[in-house]
Amino acid sequence: MTELNSTDSSSALIRLSAARLAQKLAAGEVTSVEVTQAFLDRIAAVDGGHRGVHAFLHVNTEEALAVAAEVDAIRAAGGAAAEELHELAGVPIAVKDLIVTIGQPTTAGSKILEGWHSPYDATVVKRLRDAKMPILGKTNLDEFAMGSSTEHSAYGPTRNPWDLDRIPGGSGGGSAAAVAAFEAPLALGTDTGGSIRQPGAVTGTVGVKPTYGSVSRYGAIAMASSLDQIGPVSRTVLDSALLHQVIGGHDPFDSTSLPDPLEDLVAAARLGNVNGMKIGIIKELHGEGYQAGVENRFNESLELLKQAGAEIVEVSCPNFKYALGAYYLIMPSEASSNLAKFDGVRYGLRVLPEEGPLTIERVMGSTRAAGFGDEVKRRIILGTYALSAGYYDAYYGSAQKVRTLIQRDFEAAFAQADVLISPTAPTTAFKLGEKLNDPLAMYLNDVATIPANMAGVPGLSLPGGLADEDGLPVGIQLLAPARQDARLYRVGAVLESLLEAQWGGPLLDRAPELTDTSLEAPSLTDAASIEAVPSHGGSH
Amino acid sequence: MAAINRDDVAHLARLAHIEMSAEELDRMAGELAVIVDSVKSVSEAAGDDVPATSHPIPLTNVFREDVVGHTFTAEQSLSGAPDAYEGRFKVPAILDED
Repeated sequence: MTELNSTDSSSALIRLSAARLAQKLAAGEVTSVEVTQAFLDRIAAVDGGHRGVHAFLHVNTEEALAVAAEVDAIRAAGGAAAEELHELAGVPIAVKDLIVTIGQPTTAGSKILEGWHSPYDATVVKRLRDAKMPILGKTNLDEFAMGSSTEHSAYGPTRNPWDLDRIPGGSGGGSAAAVAAFEAPLALGTDTGGSIRQPGAVTGTVGVKPTYGSVSRYGAIAMASSLDQIGPVSRTVLDSALLHQVIGGHDPFDSTSLPDPLEDLVAAARLGNVNGMKIGIIKELHGEGYQAGVENRFNESLELLKQAGAEIVEVSCPNFKYALGAYYLIMPSEASSNLAKFDGVRYGLRVLPEEGPLTIERVMGSTRAAGFGDEVKRRIILGTYALSAGYYDAYYGSAQKVRTLIQRDFEAAFAQADVLISPTAPTTAFKLGEKLNDPLAMYLNDVATIPANMAGVPGLSLPGGLADEDGLPVGIQLLAPARQDARLYRVGAVLESLLEAQWGGPLLDRAPELTDTSLEAPSLTDAASIEAVPSHGGSH
Repeated sequence: MAAINRDDVAHLARLAHIEMSAEELDRMAGELAVIVDSVKSVSEAAGDDVPATSHPIPLTNVFREDVVGHTFTAEQSLSGAPDAYEGRFKVPAILDED
């Protein structure tokens, strides 16, 4: 890591890890206002304009700087209050716009919530505030987190900082791209079928889906309640552990929140030892259907872990072949029910029918027609179908049984291995527009990430290098048994340090420099300017 | 399992309160038919002896103390409403005129 002195330029500051920023803040080498301003300047420079990254839907300049100034004042005054500051106090963060926040709009990437302000904070946001982490803004996503590319955002897609013509993954493409483009050191994401891990894979960043129920979902706008999970997005494994520790732990406001105390994840990330651990390759999650460059990087990671003293074993999860199909029955079923609340009465958009009587049913129909995008409509219809009388047993009921089979596969696999490993996504980032009109091809991006959500087990994706054929990032996924998230950080940190030793530094050092688009860009300080960003590939 | 057709989609869209144009119904029916076909194998995956899993990590009887906790004020609850009247959500007519 580059060491900096008191003449830190902001371009060097933004490349530091959250852990390093926290150290420098605690040592008084830099102030939180300087750090926060450096990221806000970066956002202003690279996020807007026709060729901007467009990771942010809202930039929270005033509040972020106020929180930063508060932290700086507490540190300057010293004493007990300064001692009690959280380790990450003053380190800024971006929040996926599916997570509700007081004082900033929450859109979920949908027109139906345009301009809506939540009257409450999500529990994870409250925990960020308690830790005094300045919130830089809200990040772009596929509408209601439904997608693998952010192209289903009603506010235009996010671009991949590695290649601005490619997708940043989804649904949390905004959070991953913000972190990859050094617009934020940390971000929050949500993962229902891979929405944290797959964007991490294609942007060369780290993303973690914690054990189901170990991070509160209170205030995350629900897509599929039995699958959704909030988790950390960062550039290093240790940074994700630090953030996970802030947001994790029991919450009485979420009835699915686990009562278990949180493990020491940071200690696990710092342990750095895989000697004697058994790491299982999942036979069904690599090989056919996976890009050659993805396979190559995956095999290299296995070799490194073996050299570090881990034992590599092969496990089979034969029912994983049903996971994608079962997921596309359970997820839409739960989503169709969760999205029924967008009725044009309680919040958000209301659109009156152009003609005919103004009954509530007709107003609902025209509101939801205008407010929801195509992918949301597809999933609501599919879910309504899977739950209909006469089809329920064949569809939803069968899918729930598959869930049991997937859990059994994991149980058998974890009897043979401490941690499982696979590529995170079958391919590197594809071009914007490439899969937009082929929903099924889009769904296949999540084939390796979905099993973890179906079984509730935790998963971590970290950068595994660049694919030979296109020079784009490849993600390596680690999976652990439920409640054993610490193992992910332990193995992830080791693999990360071995890979970085090989590369001679972080993978993101190899990403192309982004040009300053601010001169041709509109200001991104209000949601209205989002309209200026053109929608790509929107041929439907 | 039966395939999904345009009439099914029209019926489901009505149930889900989403107005759809004829063009939208055509396109949606085609796309959904492909998706439904791809998930068919799920119904053959598990035998009758396999129990269903609804939540991955089951918790039972989650209760809290029976005391008044945080509540939203009427003003907060109505803050995002498209229309409100005297502290209440204002809705269009519930019943059709005819």
